[in-house]
Amino acid sequence: MEKIWEIVRKEWSEVFKNRLVLGSVIVMPLIFTLLPLGILYSMQGSADVEMAEAAADMPEHFQAVCEGLSALACSQYFILLQFLSLFLLMPTIIPVTIASYSIVGEKNTHTLEPVLATPITTLELLMGKALAGVIPALSITWLSYGIFVAGTAILAVDDGIFRAVLSPVWLLSIFGIGALLSVAGVSLSIMISSRVNDPRAAEQLSSLVVIPLIAIFMGQAMGLIQFDLGLVIWTTIGMIVLDTVLLYFAIQLFQRETILTRWK
Amino acid sequence: MTDTMIYTNNLTKSFGENLAVDRLSLSIPAGEVFGLLGPNGAGKTTTIRMLAALIAPTGGEARVAGFQIGQQDREVRKAVGILTENPGMYNQLSAERNLSFFAKLYEVADIPGQVERYLRMLGLWDRRHEAVGTFSKGMRQKLAIARALLHEPRVLYLDEPTSGLDPEASRIVRDFIAELRHEGRTIIICTHNLNEADRLCDRVAVFRSELLALDTPTNLRRQIFGRRVVFHLAEVTPALLDAVRAYGFVQQAEVLEDKLVVTLDDPEAQNPLLVTALVGAGAQVRFVGELRRSLEDVYLHLVNPQKEAN
Repeated sequence: MEKIWEIVRKEWSEVFKNRLVLGSVIVMPLIFTLLPLGILYSMQGSADVEMAEAAADMPEHFQAVCEGLSALACSQYFILLQFLSLFLLMPTIIPVTIASYSIVGEKNTHTLEPVLATPITTLELLMGKALAGVIPALSITWLSYGIFVAGTAILAVDDGIFRAVLSPVWLLSIFGIGALLSVAGVSLSIMISSRVNDPRAAEQLSSLVVIPLIAIFMGQAMGLIQFDLGLVIWTTIGMIVLDTVLLYFAIQLFQRETILTRWK
Repeated sequence: MTDTMIYTNNLTKSFGENLAVDRLSLSIPAGEVFGLLGPNGAGKTTTIRMLAALIAPTGGEARVAGFQIGQQDREVRKAVGILTENPGMYNQLSAERNLSFFAKLYEVADIPGQVERYLRMLGLWDRRHEAVGTFSKGMRQKLAIARALLHEPRVLYLDEPTSGLDPEASRIVRDFIAELRHEGRTIIICTHNLNEADRLCDRVAVFRSELLALDTPTNLRRQIFGRRVVFHLAEVTPALLDAVRAYGFVQQAEVLEDKLVVTLDDPEAQNPLLVTALVGAGAQVRFVGELRRSLEDVYLHLVNPQKEAN
């Protein structure tokens, strides 16, 4: 375990000096946290009639979610719910960026061979790399969510909204699916970084992991996907299976020999 | 009897159709400085990587420090230190942090002590807090050597240890290798610098996928070129040449640049006889010395014999 933490500490002291990594860790969470709160704030002055009209335009199945909420509160919650999928982008993008930079960076600086020459096991090395990406990603996501919940408590027009953003749908999404997405992102980065010859291609391919999340965001905005407890539970189960498969292949594909002899 | 530190028997490595190392058999005793010489692509780095348990052989067997490659790889890695051809460092981190990171991975007990010891030994202690990215190539190379030694390995692999260094830095690295030899470590050096190999190595192997020759530099020279003695005379006349050729032990006698060059198998015993004969034939002998062929001559003869013959 000591070696794993040493890898994590080394990764952090290195990758956080990289502007791209810093940007993804600081700027994105700031935007995704402050933007919904800003929208909530701007909606406070809106007339209830206006909001009632807006609520009537919402997808039919969403009306059930709004039961017991005023038209304004329903509109506010509808907007906030769109940001749930964006909140899930954080634990996906941050570890992908860190892991890609971490493994590809090792290649660029020719440091992977000396590391592989030590008695460290492949599992210890990969755990270190993975945790170095997953821990900051989840910390930032959960901190952002905490700020978001606190802001909602202050800015929401109805206590029902505050309760809604603390509902099992949100909690399971942020703490469950978020963590699983982090692991998936890291595993995919390791797999891609291990197999491609060009370090730049690894970074670009790894970033494709966000496409399904953007599709979910679009589907949600268009009313095709509704975040309810059933969907969240099934997604969690699906992600557990996916993570298991991805982790297995990440470890299998991270072949010391292939990396040393293929990466030119 | 000296312990064998590195043993390979028909060690082979192929990458698909490409045979990188072909049935290499070596036995290197503890404390020996061994040179692995060969052209680019000869399989030197592949051999080092196999012996460092970084890549697996496709045939044969190897033992390093008593541990079997392929079965006790973690033990092998603990027993060896490696200076890779491109000794990468974490440029954003300080020299001290770079070493302490690797010391942890090597399970070094006294990390601060070992880091300080090698930073001081290689003259980097005063710059220990500086980011490695600001270091010159020579300093980085010294730091990489320190990294390879942190865990006090019994076997040290140095892949091109002075490549790209200026003469002063090369000298420092060479002197340091010489010091390590006195500590009794077994060292394998891969190098294109044949002068360096000649000075540092007890034995050298000339290698191009397969082993072409293995011996001490001196013995290789003798085996290939024989021992040649040069007689500096006031004047070389045909009569003097005949006087020398009259001896049966003279393998070859010729005049090169106004000097008499004679090939012998035992100059220490035969030189006095020849000097007496030459003086008796009226020659003024000014100086007698052995004509040394360089290791480069030996290497080129072995690696490209046809070209050398032409």
